[in-house]
Amino acid sequence: MTQIKMTVDGVSYADEVEPRLLLVHYLRDVLGKTGTPIGCDTSNCGACTVLMDGVSVKSCSVLAVQADGTEITTIEGLANGELHPLQKAFNTEHALQCGYCTPGMILASADLLRDNPHPSDEEIREGLEGNLCRCTGYENIVRAVRRAAQAGAGQ
Amino acid sequence: MTATAESPAAELGRARTRKEDARLITGQTSWTDNMTLPGMLHMAFLRSPYAHAKITSVDVSGAKSMPGVVAAFSGADFAEEQGSLPCAWPVTPDIIIPPHPPMATEEVRYVGEAVAVVVARDRYTAADAIASIDVSYEPLEPVLDMKTALDESSPKVHETGNLSYDFVFPTAGDIDAAFSGADVVVEREFRQQRLIPTAMEPRAVVASWLGDDVTLWSATQIPHVLRFAIAAFFGIPEQSIRVVAPDVGGGFGSKLQVTAEEVLAVLISRRIGKPVKWTESRSEGNMTVHHGRDQWQRIGIAADRDGRIRGLKVDLLADMGAYLMLVTPGVPLLGAFMFPAIYKMDAYSFRCRGIFTTKMPTDAYRGAGRPEATFAIERIMDELAVELGMDPLELRERNWIKHEEFPYSTIAGLVYDSGNYEAATARSKELFGYDALRAEQAERNSRADSVRLGIGISTFTEMCGLAPSRVLGSLAYGAGGWEHAAIRMLPTGKVEVVTGSSAHGQGHETAWSQIVADHLGVPFEDIKVLHGDTQVAPKGMDTYGSRSLAVGGMALVGACDKVIEKGKRVAAHMMEASVDDLEFVGGRFQVRGDPEQGRSIQEVSLATFAAHDLPEGVEPSLDSDATYDPDNFSFPHGTHLCAVEVDTETGMVKIRSYVAVDDVGKVVNPLIVEGQVHGGLAQGIAQALYEEAVYDDAGNLLTTTMADYLIPSAMDLPSYVTDRTETPAATRLGVKGVGEAGTIASTPAVVNAIVDALRPLGVSEVVMPCSPERVWRAIEAARGSAAGASASAADGGGVTGSTVGHAATASDIAGSDGGAA
Repeated sequence: MTQIKMTVDGVSYADEVEPRLLLVHYLRDVLGKTGTPIGCDTSNCGACTVLMDGVSVKSCSVLAVQADGTEITTIEGLANGELHPLQKAFNTEHALQCGYCTPGMILASADLLRDNPHPSDEEIREGLEGNLCRCTGYENIVRAVRRAAQAGAGQ
Repeated sequence: MTATAESPAAELGRARTRKEDARLITGQTSWTDNMTLPGMLHMAFLRSPYAHAKITSVDVSGAKSMPGVVAAFSGADFAEEQGSLPCAWPVTPDIIIPPHPPMATEEVRYVGEAVAVVVARDRYTAADAIASIDVSYEPLEPVLDMKTALDESSPKVHETGNLSYDFVFPTAGDIDAAFSGADVVVEREFRQQRLIPTAMEPRAVVASWLGDDVTLWSATQIPHVLRFAIAAFFGIPEQSIRVVAPDVGGGFGSKLQVTAEEVLAVLISRRIGKPVKWTESRSEGNMTVHHGRDQWQRIGIAADRDGRIRGLKVDLLADMGAYLMLVTPGVPLLGAFMFPAIYKMDAYSFRCRGIFTTKMPTDAYRGAGRPEATFAIERIMDELAVELGMDPLELRERNWIKHEEFPYSTIAGLVYDSGNYEAATARSKELFGYDALRAEQAERNSRADSVRLGIGISTFTEMCGLAPSRVLGSLAYGAGGWEHAAIRMLPTGKVEVVTGSSAHGQGHETAWSQIVADHLGVPFEDIKVLHGDTQVAPKGMDTYGSRSLAVGGMALVGACDKVIEKGKRVAAHMMEASVDDLEFVGGRFQVRGDPEQGRSIQEVSLATFAAHDLPEGVEPSLDSDATYDPDNFSFPHGTHLCAVEVDTETGMVKIRSYVAVDDVGKVVNPLIVEGQVHGGLAQGIAQALYEEAVYDDAGNLLTTTMADYLIPSAMDLPSYVTDRTETPAATRLGVKGVGEAGTIASTPAVVNAIVDALRPLGVSEVVMPCSPERVWRAIEAARGSAAGASASAADGGGVTGSTVGHAATASDIAGSDGGAA
């Protein structure tokens, strides 16, 4: 067992974990942060995306011990008093149906807009290539990210 | 009582953003895998590495002795109680339905079949312990090819042989005369590849017993059907079973199933006296969530020189996989009704043989039988147009049912209640710029452009709103097709709506609120929609077949009517007026001609709750429920046009534009409808271009991850142009289904476009998925054959195309005997 410390959605935690424990299982099973779902085992789908020190990572492909000392933001901690512009835009543009990919899609979009506050539609599609959605056909996700960008989500 | 028809329609048709979203965008979710119960244990399954083998021994003792492992079982440990997973659709009287134990006991018949299970304190320990189970197998020959599975020399999946059923649809008209008298006959064989539905949420199950009662949480589309099945087939009294479908992350048919893992969770939890959970990994899911499609389709069409269709013959081989699951055998037969599509003809015959192979069973996947039919008919219409030298749209128009001909009885025995193919096609052509694109195509062909432009057409219809119970009965299906709804009027004037249709992304909470807001005149925000828990919503037939709104929505309207009926009596008493003098307008019971005199439904609700002064014989409740059994299916239709650019040097296909004009009747929420169309298009396009479940020669599934099975990303799909025409269905709501339309329509539109692009090069078929390699090989094969001759794609196992000028070679396509339906 290994001692780790990290801040998740503004709360600091210290735990003893198995070195093989995945970050997503640490979040879900140890901390009860079930807002972050798991969609695959191979880091293809991106449903489990969280921000690690502000950068998007697929938490199924990060060991909890690798996240030692970092600051993690999950979908549960993205709203800051009011909904994040991306959360609002996903609702406004009907960019989710079942909602399973949504946490990862929103956090990947947050990272995308941090890099590129005013992406073209093509750049949005390219930036979200690592996040799969089976419901929406992506059209409304692109619209939502565009709307959030216009609302200044990347600044 | 039709007072609601006079109410202002403030909510219906409004693009409301969804009530569901607030939780989903903040991570406040209730996915089954989120669930933790005190003392809960985790299950992991050991699965067969062989496509076909005898099990000679299973030793779980090594796993049992590991720290943290509570129990380990083989199939033999549950032989007495695990029974057989149900098939609800014995499509012919002599269908073979082999036993299907949830855990294999003597023989395994596909890679991934469960052989043993470990129950441990946590999911990591359970996964570790699986490796310590010792199983001895005696390998048997796999059966992997439907076409040779019926040969005498083929190994057998089951002792009874590899034919499950041979279904012949009642032949309509004189099929032989239609073909022998026709000027032109075109025959093709199309391949529907095997697909993996791939809902984003993997399956998950939690089972927990309290005394004699069990609660099963499952990522399922069908909590009610599941409850019934567990009671009917596994000996647990129905009243002791509660099934909960919490937030469910997509289904697309894949969660329309009674699975081995659900049944075993219930049985194992009972055996060990602790709650158990199982959540599949994606690779486990790709192997063991039922697959979709997988057919060989032989189709022949006979027509006059002027393009009039005389007859259609269809002969299918449908891969059942190793067992028949809930509706496995019926899926291809839904297509029997749909091959004639929107076209008029004199004669039609259909035959389908269900074949066993040593692969994962197939079952419903978005569209279920109708995408297959639509693909074949829309593809062969293009081939017929080529043979006749006609524009493919003109050929379709010459044969389709005219808008003034509805209701129309089709050659397949359906009555299409409404439609306007002319309007949808005209709108689609306009948005697409059809004539300009045809001109550009001709210009590029004339200079032998290395990147060819192709135009694909799909003028589709489908049958949904499953289903009239009498029709299901006539097809030997094991249940009815009604849906249930209840309205509970709360004392404070708020409303609870209970629906038996269990949503998993469709937006029921929003759309149902809109319907009730209009019919009862209560604010949208005051309505709570409840579903997906058999204790909360005890009656229902669940969600599949684009049925929720067309069937469940009508049940809801029926329940609203009853609330108003009851409320009217209370309101009349409160106002000392006659019931007959009252009308219900915008949420108020008021005296006709004197609207000042009235009581709001909220006031009436409170008065009914208080019950201090109710009219004689009136019970103190406005709560009402209704069950609706549809008279007919619903028939959405539309015209989809797709333009592709095909790089003839690399085989790369790029969708340049995609226009979908759909007619789904009246629309409750255009935002949700557009979203359903988008998602449907994505899955249909994915079948055309990307997805295929691939087994190797030993029966191993090669596409076990999302790296191998290509779920398209945002980069792989185009931006869609969508619009609607609105021809109401002949029901009170006027709505049709929308969940599957995009998937049904889009696959042939894309493939027709690819073939259209390459036809000048001699290509007349590309096998799905039309990967760059397959497209390139099709081009190379065409180049290699004589100039001007038609050619077929080289790979994909012998798909053939042939065009003949008379009927002689078409006679072997389908039998013309009376059917077993």
